[in-house]
Amino acid sequence: MTLGLYIDRSSLLHRLAPAVKLATLLAAGIGVFLVRDPLWLLPVLGTVLMLYAVAKIPPGEVWRQLRPLAVLMVLFLLAHGWLTTWTLGFLVVLRFAILVLAAFLVTYTTKLSAMIETLERAIAPLAPLGVNPAKVSLALSLALRFIPLLYDRVREIREAQRARGLERSVVSIAVPLLVRTLRMADDLTQALEARGFDATEPAPRAGRAKTRR
Amino acid sequence: MIELCNVSHRFGERTVLDHLNLTLTEKRIAVVGGNGSGKSTFARLLNALVVPTEGQVLVDGLDTRREAKAVRRKVGFVFQDPDAQIVMPLVEEDIAFGLKNLKLPKDAIAAKVDAVLDRYRLAHLRHQHTHTLSGGEKQLLALSSVLVMAPDYIVLDEPTTLLDLRNKRMMLRVLAELDQCTVVISHDLDMLGGFDRVLVMHEGRIVADGPPAETISAYIRMMD
Amino acid sequence: MTTRDIVHIALFAAIIAALGVFPPIVLPLVGVPITAQSLGVMLAGSVLGARRGGLAVLLLLALVAAGAPLLAGGRGGFGVFLGPSGGFLIGWPVAAFVIGWLVERTWQHLDLVRAFLANVLGGILVMYAFGVPWIAVAAEIPLATAFTGALGFVPGDLIKAGIAAVVAVTVKRAYPIIEAKTVA
Repeated sequence: MTLGLYIDRSSLLHRLAPAVKLATLLAAGIGVFLVRDPLWLLPVLGTVLMLYAVAKIPPGEVWRQLRPLAVLMVLFLLAHGWLTTWTLGFLVVLRFAILVLAAFLVTYTTKLSAMIETLERAIAPLAPLGVNPAKVSLALSLALRFIPLLYDRVREIREAQRARGLERSVVSIAVPLLVRTLRMADDLTQALEARGFDATEPAPRAGRAKTRR
Repeated sequence: MIELCNVSHRFGERTVLDHLNLTLTEKRIAVVGGNGSGKSTFARLLNALVVPTEGQVLVDGLDTRREAKAVRRKVGFVFQDPDAQIVMPLVEEDIAFGLKNLKLPKDAIAAKVDAVLDRYRLAHLRHQHTHTLSGGEKQLLALSSVLVMAPDYIVLDEPTTLLDLRNKRMMLRVLAELDQCTVVISHDLDMLGGFDRVLVMHEGRIVADGPPAETISAYIRMMD
Repeated sequence: MTTRDIVHIALFAAIIAALGVFPPIVLPLVGVPITAQSLGVMLAGSVLGARRGGLAVLLLLALVAAGAPLLAGGRGGFGVFLGPSGGFLIGWPVAAFVIGWLVERTWQHLDLVRAFLANVLGGILVMYAFGVPWIAVAAEIPLATAFTGALGFVPGDLIKAGIAAVVAVTVKRAYPIIEAKTVA
């Protein structure tokens, strides 16, 4: 998929099952909140950075994810240094850095399609609660199909409104965007039903779930 | 055979179709008419996307009101705007979509998808994002993903309106080669030459019905 | 859930993603970017109602979490949920749901004032109820301080709630989607 932050490399982390990576991320995320001493977080940050090297992610990407946080992190650090303790300030900054970098490592090393498959598998047991996996899966595919189309629509409408000097008015862009899209929704609904999609069909019972490849 | 028995359709106060009685048996049928003549609603009656407010539509004896699902398997439908009917991110996924709804086994789906991709010269595009296709390719994909279901009838709602001349000719060639009974809704008189029967609609009624030569002149007179 | 519901949910998720192309305005000091995207969240609730609106936003977030760079500025991936503005993101679907719930209740008499109030309650109150405590916990600052810091966003969010109200009322006239809930 072109749509995704995945960085294609050959590494141990790329081959790891998405569920394993997510479970590790969850554990690490809880872990960093239990630690109260920033000195203990330094080796954790070191480990995360080392894993970036293992996954062959260019160092530029690390900075790309941290940059938007930088101002805020400095602010948190100074505020704590001034009002509470520097230790607490470093704890907060290190914690955010670890959380964000570890989470992005999972994203960089896992294909969007693999992640969506994992997601679909994770919700399959929710079928008795009224979650229909076939419908969720259709909604995910439809969204992926129509996102690029709607990017184009926004661009078209902005250009049309620019001709009228309205390109900065959010209302004059949002209204036609919504009305056009909702109108298309009716055609799309008919198209799905014309091709045999049946929303009234009950969800398959758990246990008879789709076979894994 | 598709039969319309005393079919009327209303949207609120407005009568869109007015007491139609028709038997469609010809292989290639065209329906022409101006904007608002009811031809689009007419098309949607044939595969149960619209159920008439009065009367009944029978496809090979199946009532569209009661057996919508079976009717849709018999009657494929191609919409005017391919963007509103391509539903999957990748070309091959889109062609497989209808087959998946039929719950066919995986290898049967793969075989059918391959066959259609080859026949309509789309094989080189199979892993492409549907969004990146050209207008002509999109319309061809829309048609292919209906044809892969092997319907007995195929209804096309203005299939050439949004295409340039080159793609329009390509589309007409593909349509001429279809094995299915085809019903084409159009206001494009150029494409009607090879049809067996042309219905001219006006304000919800059939005002002319017959071979292209006579009906088209009637339509042109009416539009003047 | 009908086919049409699924289509509305998916298309609205796509609309919110597309609204991300408007350049975000990063307010100085607090650093959380203000984007047309959170306007999209308000619109999801106001136009689709509680259930579909909430699910549309949830669908978008699922794709973001899976690694699609659909948030303003091309952001995406799991990291955005764990950063300082993560709490606000978690609050998005709930906000859309609450706005939708309120709009459904006043659907027959929906005017600018009611639509605005629904968006203020759902789009600001609910959103902050999720966003601010997360910042407080993760940044180890007292809740009251975090709330004071967040007050800087209120003017911008009020403007957005106003825009959402105008759009919602206009779209309702052109193409109503929510069926009137009979007031019990």
